Amino acid sequence: MNFDLPEELKILKEEAYKFAVREFTPVSKECDREEKYPRKVWKKACEYGFIGAWIPEEYGGPGAGFLGNTIITEQFSRIDMGIGLITAAGFGSENIYLYGSEEQKKTYLPKIVNGEIIFAGAYTEPNAGTDVAGIRTRAVRDGDHYILNGQKMFITNGTICDYFCVLCITNPDAPRHKRFSLLIVDATSPGITRNKIHGKMGIRASDTAEISFEDVKVPAENLVGQEGNGFYQLMDFFNTTRAMVAGQGVGLAQGALDKAAQYVQERTAFGQPLANFQGVQFQLAEMATRIELARQLTYKAAWLADQGRIDPKLSAMAKLYAGETAVWVADKALQLHGGYGYIDEYDVQRYYRDAKILEIYEGTKEAEKLTIAKIVLKEHTKG
Amino acid sequence: MQAKGGIMAGLYKEEHHIFRESFRRFVDREVVPHIDSWEEKGIVSRVAWRAMGEAGFLCPWLPEEYGGSGADFLYSVIIAEELAKAGAVSLMAPLHSDIVAPYLAALGTEEQKRRWLPGAARGEIILAVAMTEPNTGSDLAAIRTRAEKDGDFWVINGQKTFISNGILADLVIVACRTGSPDSGAKGISLICVERGAPGFHRGRNLKKMGLHAQDTAELIFDECRVPAENLLGQLNRGFYHMMDHLQQERLMACIMAQAMAEAMLAMTIGYARGRTAFGQPIASFQHNAFKIVDMATEVTLGRTFLDRLVADHMAGKDIVTEVSMGKAWIAEMANRVAYQCVQLHGGYGYMEEYPISRFYRDVRPIPIFAGTTEIMKLIVAKRLQLI
Repeated sequence: MNFDLPEELKILKEEAYKFAVREFTPVSKECDREEKYPRKVWKKACEYGFIGAWIPEEYGGPGAGFLGNTIITEQFSRIDMGIGLITAAGFGSENIYLYGSEEQKKTYLPKIVNGEIIFAGAYTEPNAGTDVAGIRTRAVRDGDHYILNGQKMFITNGTICDYFCVLCITNPDAPRHKRFSLLIVDATSPGITRNKIHGKMGIRASDTAEISFEDVKVPAENLVGQEGNGFYQLMDFFNTTRAMVAGQGVGLAQGALDKAAQYVQERTAFGQPLANFQGVQFQLAEMATRIELARQLTYKAAWLADQGRIDPKLSAMAKLYAGETAVWVADKALQLHGGYGYIDEYDVQRYYRDAKILEIYEGTKEAEKLTIAKIVLKEHTKG
Repeated sequence: MQAKGGIMAGLYKEEHHIFRESFRRFVDREVVPHIDSWEEKGIVSRVAWRAMGEAGFLCPWLPEEYGGSGADFLYSVIIAEELAKAGAVSLMAPLHSDIVAPYLAALGTEEQKRRWLPGAARGEIILAVAMTEPNTGSDLAAIRTRAEKDGDFWVINGQKTFISNGILADLVIVACRTGSPDSGAKGISLICVERGAPGFHRGRNLKKMGLHAQDTAELIFDECRVPAENLLGQLNRGFYHMMDHLQQERLMACIMAQAMAEAMLAMTIGYARGRTAFGQPIASFQHNAFKIVDMATEVTLGRTFLDRLVADHMAGKDIVTEVSMGKAWIAEMANRVAYQCVQLHGGYGYMEEYPISRFYRDVRPIPIFAGTTEIMKLIVAKRLQLI
C-alpha cells in the first residue's frame, strides 16, 4: 500500500495551485460580481495542459488521469471554485470517452484539450433533477437524423459551449430506464435557444443556462453508445465525475481553512490573537480533520477510476462527504472572521456562497445517499 | 408554520392580532414591492422610513409626548417579525425603534428627548449606534475612538465600522473613549453625533454577502466637533449603559432569527408539497418528511423559548443568561433551517428567483452581529461561573 502521490502528480498539484494564485486572484472579484466567465483564464489553462487533463495521450490529452484532473480541480477550487470550473470545459465529453465511438473520441476530445471547444452536459430539466428518469426531452428518429425537442435547466457552460451532450428519450415504449439515449448536439444548430440564468447564489463565474430544443436536427451518428442505454451510461458518467466534484469540495474547504488559519493569527481580541483561544483551536483541528478525510476518500475514488475499477459507492461517498465538508468548513471559516467574514472585501463569504452548490449539483447529496444505500443493502442481502 | 405568537396563553391579545394584520397589509403595500430595487441600490429608500413613521410603525412604544403611541413591547415584536417574514430585514426599523431609540429615552435629558425622539418616531431622524471598530468587535471594552473636551465641545477622532443604518443615519450614538487609553470599560462615554457635524464623514457602504438592501457603513471622525451637551448619559459610564441595553438588542436579534426560520419553513413546506419527483410530492418521502418534522420541532422550540423571553423581558426580569442562550441557539437554529430549506428546494434554491436563496444569505449574519455566538457562550459561561 502506498499513499504517496507519484512525483508527476506532486508537481502537477504545485503547478496548478501556483497557476490559480497567479491567474485567478486578479479577476476573482470581477467574475463573481459580474457573473463573468473567465475566458482568458480558461485559454491560458489550456496552454498549461490543465483542461481535459484526464484525456489520455492517444486523444491528445496530457493523460493525468481522473486523479490528476481531480487534483487540478482541488487546487483551483482552493483559490476560487467558480473560476476553477474552467476544468469543466469538457463537462459531458466524459460520456464520449466512456461510451463513444473511436471516431467520436478522435473528433472531440483533442479539441477540448486544445481549447478549441467547450462541452456541456444537458441532463436536468425544469421538472426533473434528482429524478433523472423523469426527464421528457424527446428525440425522434427521422432517416439518418434525430429530431430533438425539449427543455433543459441549470446547464453548466450552457451559453458558452460549442457542443451539448443531451440526455433524451428515444425509446418511449421501453421499460422506464431503457428509454433514454445520449446525443452530441452542435450548439449552433438551428432551433436551439439558450438563456443565461442570472442571480446564482455562488459560482457566479461559471455559466449556467436554460436551454430549449425545438425541432433540432441531430445526425444519427451523434448517438453516444447504444440507443436505449443512456440512463445507465449516464450513471457511469456520474460515478466517474463525482470524484472530480468531490475535488472541488476538498479544495474549497482547504482554501477556507487556509484563510481562517491565517486570520485568527492576525486578529486579536481580549489582548491576544484569536488563535490562542482553545475554542478557536479546536475548530481549526476539526476543520483540518474533516478536510483530510474528504481528501482521502476523493483521491481513492479518482484513483480507482483510473485503475478501471470505478466504485460507485465510493464516488458517491466522496462527493457527499466532500460537499458537506466544504459547506461546514466554509461556515466555520466565516464565523472565525466575525463581521469581516460577511463583507465582500474578504473572500471567505464567496467560499460560503460557492460551497452550497456542491450539495446540489452533479446529483444532490440525497441522490448520492440513494446510490450508497442501494449498494449497502445489496451487499447485505440475505442468502 | 404561522408565527401567530402567543403559544404561551395570554401573551398576545386581540388588539395585537388586529395590529399584526394591519401591519402585514402595510408591508405588502409599502415594503415588499420595493425590496428588489433596494437590494440593487444597496440601501432602503427614505420614503419607506417616512411611510413607516407616518403610519405610527416607528417607536410605537414611545410616550405620546415624544411622538409615540405608548404601545407595549409586543407591538415592536410584531413589527420586527413581520418585516423579517416578508424578507425585509434590511429595513432596519427594529434597530432604530427598539435598540437605539431606547438609549435616548432612558439616558437622554428632557431637552435631548424633545430634540430627537419625535423626529425619530416620524422617520425623519434615522438612528444608528456605533460601537464596533476595525480592530474591536466582540471585545467592546477595547475601543479606541477618542473624545476630548475642548471648551463647550467634544472633539472626536477615530473610526467605526459595520455600522448598520450607517449611510442613512441622521443621528449616531458613538461609543468613545473619554478616559485614559488604558481605562478599559471604565473610560467609555456615549456621544450623539448628528448628520452634518463638522469632521463627521461616512466611509464606504460595505458590500456584504447578504442584507444587500441594508446600509452597513464605515464612519470616520476626523477632529469631529459636537456640542458638549451631546453627551448621552453619564461620563465614563458608556460601557455600562451599553450593557444595560444589550438585553433588548439581543432579544430583537432572537425575534428576527425566529421569524425568518418560521417564514423559511412555511415556504419550504409549500414547495415540498408541490414539487414532485419519482411520481410523488417530495414532501411525502419519509426522509424529507422527517427532516421537515425536525425543523418544525426546532422552530416550535424556538418560538416557545422566545415567547418566554419576551414575557420575562416585559416583566422587567434580568434575562441576560437566557437571552444570550437564545441569541446563540435561535440564530444558529435559523441557519440550520435555512440550510435544509435550500437543500429541499434543490437547484431552484440556489437561484435568486426563489426567496429562500436570499433568506439563506440574509440569515447568516445573525450569529455574528449583536454579539457573536461565541460571545454569547462567554457570557453564559461567566454567569455559570465556569470562566
